[in-house]
Amino acid sequence: MKKVLLSSIVILIGITFIGRLSFLQVFSFSPNQILEDPAIKTLYDFPERGYIYDRNGELLVANQAAYDVMVIPRDVKPLDTLEFCNLVGLNKDKFLSNLKKAKVYSPRLPSVMVSQLSKEDYARLQEKMRKYAGFYIQKRSLRYYDTKGAANALGYISEVTPADLRKNPYYEQGELKGKTGVEKYYENILRGTKGVKYIQKDRFNRDIGPYKGGALDTLPKPGKEIYLTIDKKLQEYGEKLMKGKRGGIVALDPSSGEILSLISGPTYDPALLVGRERSANYNKLYYDSIAKPTWDRSLEAQESPGSPFKVINALIGLQENVITPKEKIRCYNGFYVGKKRTKRGCHCGGGLRDMNSGIYQSCNAYFAGTFKKIFDKYNKTDDAMDVWKKHVQSFGLGDYLGTDLPAGRRGRIPGKEYYDRIYGDNRWTWSYIVSISFGQGEVATTPIQLANMTAAIANKGFYYTPHILKKIEGKPITDPKYTQRKYTTIDRENFVPIIEGMQNVYNKKGGTAHWLGVPGINIAGKTGTVENFTRINGVRTQLTDHSMFIAFAPIENPKIALAIFIEHGYYGGRYAGHIASLMIEKYLKGEITRKDLEKKMLEKTLEKEYAKPYSGEPFIINEKSW
Amino acid sequence: MSSKTLLKRIDWLTVIIHFALVGIGWLGIYSSTLSEESYSIFDFSTYYGKQLFFICASFVPIIFIFATEANLFERFSSLIYVTSLLLLLGLFPFGKTIAGATSWYNLGFFNLQPSELVKVATALALAKYLSDIQTDVKKRKDQLYAFLIILAPIILIVLQPDPGSGIVFFALTFVLFREGLPLYYLAIGLIILLIFVATLKYGTIWVVIGISILTALFYLTKRASFKVSTIPIILFFITSILISISVKFVFDSVFEQHHRDRFSLWLRLEKDPKKLEKIRKTIGYNTYQSEKAIESGGAFGKGFLQGTRTKGDFVPEQHSDYIFTTIGEEWGFVGTATVVLLFSILLLRLIFIAERQKNPFSRIYGYGVISIIFVHYLINIGMVIGLLPTIGIPLPLMSYGGSNLLGFTLLLFIFLKLDANRLKEWD
Repeated sequence: MKKVLLSSIVILIGITFIGRLSFLQVFSFSPNQILEDPAIKTLYDFPERGYIYDRNGELLVANQAAYDVMVIPRDVKPLDTLEFCNLVGLNKDKFLSNLKKAKVYSPRLPSVMVSQLSKEDYARLQEKMRKYAGFYIQKRSLRYYDTKGAANALGYISEVTPADLRKNPYYEQGELKGKTGVEKYYENILRGTKGVKYIQKDRFNRDIGPYKGGALDTLPKPGKEIYLTIDKKLQEYGEKLMKGKRGGIVALDPSSGEILSLISGPTYDPALLVGRERSANYNKLYYDSIAKPTWDRSLEAQESPGSPFKVINALIGLQENVITPKEKIRCYNGFYVGKKRTKRGCHCGGGLRDMNSGIYQSCNAYFAGTFKKIFDKYNKTDDAMDVWKKHVQSFGLGDYLGTDLPAGRRGRIPGKEYYDRIYGDNRWTWSYIVSISFGQGEVATTPIQLANMTAAIANKGFYYTPHILKKIEGKPITDPKYTQRKYTTIDRENFVPIIEGMQNVYNKKGGTAHWLGVPGINIAGKTGTVENFTRINGVRTQLTDHSMFIAFAPIENPKIALAIFIEHGYYGGRYAGHIASLMIEKYLKGEITRKDLEKKMLEKTLEKEYAKPYSGEPFIINEKSW
Repeated sequence: MSSKTLLKRIDWLTVIIHFALVGIGWLGIYSSTLSEESYSIFDFSTYYGKQLFFICASFVPIIFIFATEANLFERFSSLIYVTSLLLLLGLFPFGKTIAGATSWYNLGFFNLQPSELVKVATALALAKYLSDIQTDVKKRKDQLYAFLIILAPIILIVLQPDPGSGIVFFALTFVLFREGLPLYYLAIGLIILLIFVATLKYGTIWVVIGISILTALFYLTKRASFKVSTIPIILFFITSILISISVKFVFDSVFEQHHRDRFSLWLRLEKDPKKLEKIRKTIGYNTYQSEKAIESGGAFGKGFLQGTRTKGDFVPEQHSDYIFTTIGEEWGFVGTATVVLLFSILLLRLIFIAERQKNPFSRIYGYGVISIIFVHYLINIGMVIGLLPTIGIPLPLMSYGGSNLLGFTLLLFIFLKLDANRLKEWD
């Protein structure tokens, strides 16, 4: 027993040691060693972010240098604090508290003392820098905007959040990342790939040379430059027109689905979200809960489309063979629905309407009649509803479009389930829901969906998913998502009478936009006037109508299709119609011939209208004068 | 005895393992102290240069040992022991203080640490005393004398103060067990240790409850088979509880703060994981860094001279007490397992050799050698891989240090000489 006691203990201890060692070295071993190793400092070399150009190669976004004043607290020698503070624009308290913070973080490692100096401050400071031991200047790259517009489309970049860091291990603390718009969607293309350098350190955190002689180091890959489909001139012009108005404008090239302009009003100068004042500016914009400048109305303003939606019902009527273009429906300055023959109003003036005049005079009665015929064709209301919904949805309405922009909103195209929920199963008929035939009531769309719908009409039956990226490094995009046609359920020939009606909106005397035509260009358009309500102190209150407009031109070979939504702009021919006319002329001709019209649009604002619900006093809506 | 027969009788396995460990150790020292500026391995201003010199120099005592008569060691053991105690005493007036401990004589080119040599002397003296025909370990008086031989150097070393080196001598009590000291001494020691640790970890109340239950169970099971006297059980019960109660006093008043920290780290006495992590990185810095360095080596290591934490000097005292971390980082599990195996084989081989001695002096001395090497190996590697609290003693044969190397070389080769001579005892 005594002879083997010690041997057994030796063997037992040997097994214990080997067990513990295998636990440490084999089971706890993490392959991510190099990043966790305190003896290796990882230095990143950040590539320049890719530039952004518009469709014509005009620069939109580039980079600019900013200068951070860094401090290594241990190396700081007594200095003329007053002079230093004056140079960098700090007060003494802030200077001392920053220095203290840096010291707490680490006396040996650099901390930011003053972030993002302007070029001017930098120039002044640099000459005196040698006097301030322990301080040095580090260059950083920030975005520079060569436009005052398109803030909503371009998006902005800012420091990664802890959530970003958890989601994507590529990012390091303090790195910049696209947060919205193009900067976010094409982040991977724009940012490039950072280079890595591994430095061997000692336990005092001093560098003692490259790790493994630099064998694992990589060079940064610069970000790629991208060309957007945006037309800088049109975008900036549209934003100028939107001054003082709220709403959204989306202009597409129907032949490709390219977004020519994506305008949301009110907007802001993208340069506000760069540099030292970034977060102050952002808060100011973000917390403006009335005008909501950071809310992209072109993608997210989900409203009833109003009369532009009528053309879809006309198309469905034709496709379902329940109506012919020549067939007439009488308008009694309105129409009667239901067993009680309730009268619903119409503003077209009354009389017999065919499809053509139904469209250009925007007759509610005509489309209510068409809607009835669609439902009469089927024995069951449910079947008719399904058919109707299928046709509407084929225009890209009622769901996310799948653009390369923030997702926006789905919009709403109600179906039988929706109405069953409201009225009960089989307890509703077409007359309950007739409002949707002229785009009021339960239907809702966003401006980009309307623009896409217009493009589908312009193309006589197909569209390309709207997108904002045109080229990467000069190579056109090939993603089939954006280059393949999506067909509607309507036959090509059925578009002809519809487009004729839309053309007559401009050309016929009674057309709802007949005074807004552009000389020398054939435009097809459709006005919309959308009733809307809000709650003021809990009371449902009607506000001035939204002004809607869709149009495309030229009819023979459509180059631009647009949808315009102006909050509380009253009838469609007012603000939205004017802006549509100007935008089309600007894009197709390059300049505006009707200077008075342009001047009027540039000067008129709706601020008074927007102030009404907040005034606390009674107000009148839909004022005649403007 | 001709030199030819001597060479045949030397246990070459032990010699090979000895030099393998010394060699691996030197590579570790080279890697952990190599700096950009120095080039030659014979540069005596560097640790690895000095250690290489010590390794070469260790051949002098080896040859000397083999050249002398084997029975000289037995004959002069008392003299050697007394001289070594005098050397320890001499430290108080003449010693050199490094890091707070007056443990060295300054010999100009080299600092001699006599406590390393006293291990040899004590092992010899203990062997001499126990092998005496008149000594009987079963007798209390003889036990006391044996303990005093062990205790004298401990007291002198702890006073330096170098408690780590002092503790090592307790290992020599193993020798007494081999020579017939009843095992219940060991059991009592282990129980006291267990009660101490358990009280720290779980508190007096739980330990008292535990002891009560165990004692009751013991009594009940034993009573069923045969009659037992209750007095020893009651005595044991009361002493255990007294020990458990006194633990808090010892821990708070006798221990110093850094001892308390080491225990609280080892036993994870801090419950809050954040605070524990902080303790690991501050008080437990050494252990934290050494564990991390070993862990980062993985299965196959980063390669010789490629250890980033070694190069970055993250592990303190890496060339001496923490030499094992260099092996762990650069050679991985393969390296550390090899070292553990080498030590295990060495110890088992030495036990085998000791058991084949006919002369009790040789056997007892052998057990002294084994105990001392084993305790160094156990405490050092246990500490480095985080199984035991931090006690600063070197890893035999591998850690940097001339006295350390000299001490273990003497210990081992005197034993090998005795072994080589075993058949010629009566010549």
